[in-house]
Amino acid sequence: MGSDPPGRTGELSAELGRTITVMEVCGTHTVSIHRSGLDRLLPPEVRLLSGPGCPVCVTPTDYIDRAMAMAFRHGVRLYTFGDLLKVPGSRESLADARARGAEVDVVASPEDALRLASSRGGPSAFLAVGFETTAPTIAAALLQARDQGVDLAALCAMKLIPPAMEAVLEAPGTRVDAFLCPGHVAVITGLEPFRRISKEYGVPCVVGGFEPPEIVRALERILQMLLDEEPGAESAYPAAAAGGNPAARRMMDRALVPCDTEWRGLGIIPESGLCLADELAEMDAARRWPVEVPPAEDDPACLCGEVLTGSAEPPDCPLFGERCTPRSPVGPCMVSSEGSCAAWFKYGGRGLD
Amino acid sequence: MCLAVPMKIVQMDGPEATVELPGVRKRVRMDLVEGASVGDYALIHAGYAITVMPEEEALETLSYLREMADGL
Repeated sequence: MGSDPPGRTGELSAELGRTITVMEVCGTHTVSIHRSGLDRLLPPEVRLLSGPGCPVCVTPTDYIDRAMAMAFRHGVRLYTFGDLLKVPGSRESLADARARGAEVDVVASPEDALRLASSRGGPSAFLAVGFETTAPTIAAALLQARDQGVDLAALCAMKLIPPAMEAVLEAPGTRVDAFLCPGHVAVITGLEPFRRISKEYGVPCVVGGFEPPEIVRALERILQMLLDEEPGAESAYPAAAAGGNPAARRMMDRALVPCDTEWRGLGIIPESGLCLADELAEMDAARRWPVEVPPAEDDPACLCGEVLTGSAEPPDCPLFGERCTPRSPVGPCMVSSEGSCAAWFKYGGRGLD
Repeated sequence: MCLAVPMKIVQMDGPEATVELPGVRKRVRMDLVEGASVGDYALIHAGYAITVMPEEEALETLSYLREMADGL
């Protein structure tokens, strides 16, 4: 590129004198890094890797299959965030199912689902997908639905980021020296979960904002911590206070409880999901409309699982840019606009151009 | 999916508020934040305010989001 590395990353990296891998676990970071070309501007010794930071991408195929089975077999109307619409299930996506007559409505907020369910009546389920950022909004809408007697259930696949970060650190063959932590997850959680990880594994965990200069600021802090050999957790994103948002966490605690859940690429991680608390058990779509679906068969050539754990990068996949493109995606990492494969395809990446 | 946009609170109405950006006005839920008042900037995610943030930071983020939108 010929231009100097941004901020102090060049001098700090030279002083450190070794190659490091920093993993981000946030789809918005993925897009910002590739769109700005930051990965190509950084010193070659600072390697950025995308982890399991896109909620749609980590949702297993059979979740989509189960949602569709509920719609077709039980006549349940589905409300979903738009991101999930085109994710391929075993045979088809929710968009395909809608074309075949399933009732699938896209909403921008769980509260829209509540409002629509209230005015329409009939059995309906919200496809509850999202990380800590989104979970409190889902919790609030479900509690409101219960209080107002609105018939809205939830098919839960909400996930927690810190257990996935630990799973990545424990996975054989993955080397991560530091985490660029997700700004809007931290707005809710605060630093505590990241502090625990940095202490236990000795890796810096720095929360970053989403503008390229904010990401650079976080990377400078990571490099400095590695130089000082004092890995810690801190926020370089002013909107994410150290204590997070306690009111939002209380809302989550009222409606949701941690449970084991499956992540694409990482398998079942204990206590890494959020399910409905006992007092909302009757709103659990999985209990209310039990459906059996055959085990999902993902395309064996698709490396989405490996891409999500950082053990492969998108261009390593034989399907990337060939059989798998945003127009005709095979795996969810290409479907979601925040997926690593989609970001690499659209904006390029280090080594690709 | 965890995208959130800072918007200025122009009216509070119990559990709801009206927030705006130049050219955009929106009703959002305030269940998840405490102590917000008219004139503050709130970070809006999925129809809910998820935190209140300093104006300076809000404006900086907005200028970047605008740039991103222009590039799409």
